[in-house]
Amino acid sequence: MAEKVLKKAASFYDSYFRNPSPDKKMTHYCPGCGHGHIHKFIAEALDDFEIADNTILISPVGCSVFAYYYFDTGNIQAAHGRAPAVATGIKRAHPNSIVISYQGDGDLAAIGTSEILHAANRGENITVFFINNAIYGMTGGQMAPTTLIDQRTTTTPTGRNAHNEGYPIKMSELISQLQAPVYVERVTLYDNKQRARARTAVRKAIKNQVNNLGFSLVEVLSPCPSGWKMEPVDAMTWIKEVMVPQFPIGIYKDITKEVQPYVYAKPNPTAAEIRELIEVIPDTDTGFKRSVYPDQYRNPQIKIAGFGGQGVLLLGGALAQAGMMEDYHVSWLPSYGPEMRGGTANCHVNIREIEVGSPMVSNPTVLIAMNRPSLEKFENDVVENGLIVFDQSLIDSYVKRKDVEVLPIPATQMADKLGNTRVANMITLAAYAAYTGIFGKETLYTTLKTAIKKQRLLEINQKAIDTGYEFGMEKKKK
Amino acid sequence: MEKKILEYPLVKIEPELCKGCGLCIDACPPNVLKFHSKFNTKGYHYAYYIDEGCTGCGVCFYACPEPEAIIVFKKGYEYSGEEVK
Repeated sequence: MAEKVLKKAASFYDSYFRNPSPDKKMTHYCPGCGHGHIHKFIAEALDDFEIADNTILISPVGCSVFAYYYFDTGNIQAAHGRAPAVATGIKRAHPNSIVISYQGDGDLAAIGTSEILHAANRGENITVFFINNAIYGMTGGQMAPTTLIDQRTTTTPTGRNAHNEGYPIKMSELISQLQAPVYVERVTLYDNKQRARARTAVRKAIKNQVNNLGFSLVEVLSPCPSGWKMEPVDAMTWIKEVMVPQFPIGIYKDITKEVQPYVYAKPNPTAAEIRELIEVIPDTDTGFKRSVYPDQYRNPQIKIAGFGGQGVLLLGGALAQAGMMEDYHVSWLPSYGPEMRGGTANCHVNIREIEVGSPMVSNPTVLIAMNRPSLEKFENDVVENGLIVFDQSLIDSYVKRKDVEVLPIPATQMADKLGNTRVANMITLAAYAAYTGIFGKETLYTTLKTAIKKQRLLEINQKAIDTGYEFGMEKKKK
Repeated sequence: MEKKILEYPLVKIEPELCKGCGLCIDACPPNVLKFHSKFNTKGYHYAYYIDEGCTGCGVCFYACPEPEAIIVFKKGYEYSGEEVK
């Protein structure tokens, strides 16, 4: 502490502009909340190690869900309990960044138990701060897995009973039993000495990651004066007298001196390497020139809807595959019920010349409706001057809108004539491709080779493509 | 304002950022922090320094959960008066 002044760390924002409250200088935590202490220790450590610009902090669900209001670092807010999983992904994608997962006991020890155990077991090179206040603080003080025996909460009004609710989970003890973690310590905040220890532990846990040593976890027994219904000073005394005897503080595991720093040899494979790895067959990958077709059909955002079993998802998948072969940016997002047949199925397909922002298609430029409920449901979502393709043989009504282009196809009838009702989807696909001119026949043939798993069905599907394509071309002429 | 080198340590508490939790008062070894009888705009009795006896140990800074409420200046700090708004 060579510094001659102790003041707000630079790793905090100057003004908490993300906080909607008019007060931009104050945290949203209750008076006497332990989150403030840990925030302070973390921010100070980030300052001292000069890593704030390189840090990504994962906020959990709980009171500290808004940690991103305060830290001038990269911030991501994860789903309940999933912070270690998110941290894993980020650390692997950005191995040179410092990834900190900040979680409470309702988050880490309840819904996120499996995430934290497996992240710890894999020895992810991340730092986890586990703020344990023995209750669900944000939701009003319900029992958490870490609630002490005999502790009264709103859901255990007569005190936690081991026979009914089990014993408090001791996460530090559990995690320290695993082989991979390098540093596990439980600290607390109840007096000056303990706060100094907590500060040291926080710094060490972050430093371990800077040195690439591996997984570090610091559990902090932290006060929740509001949830415990106590004065802040009394809450500190309660930690000392009641909590610490049941959650002994101390270092549970420290092998930081024994382990070798892990150096990431090859963080990100290149696109070419990935192709090689997953054995993308070169002759089906590219080689097709993009067709020339009218502007109004360019960059289609397609919604395909029908019954499960009609091949709705396959139709979408084949469209996306064909797009890929012509080097478009594509996405395919299926959405269907649990049934294999029957039920509703729909999928969203983007075939874009620029990168796809969202795979969701809420307002399609092209709707392919394979049955009547789908047509009725999604007809009004189609953009103005969009295209609606529908199966005339199954839908006995017609499109009601006047401001869209309509392409009715008796696809199921045509498929029946070919001898297999199930190729109606490929007929529709080919008719759409021919009508708009988006894909040539050759592209579709090659698509079939990867889209159709059973080779004996290839022939009938090729016939379906021929029939559909012819139909589409005829309609186009008119 | 001219800079002056502090001959004694100083603790500044921003009344508007204090939530009145009392942890600094409880923690202060020389016992020189007290609750003010006035309220701040949030409605808390804020902590204040009795202007005498601070040793600059910094304990109150780490006892305070708010990032900005307490600033501790140690002996020998060049104080310009602009540190506290």
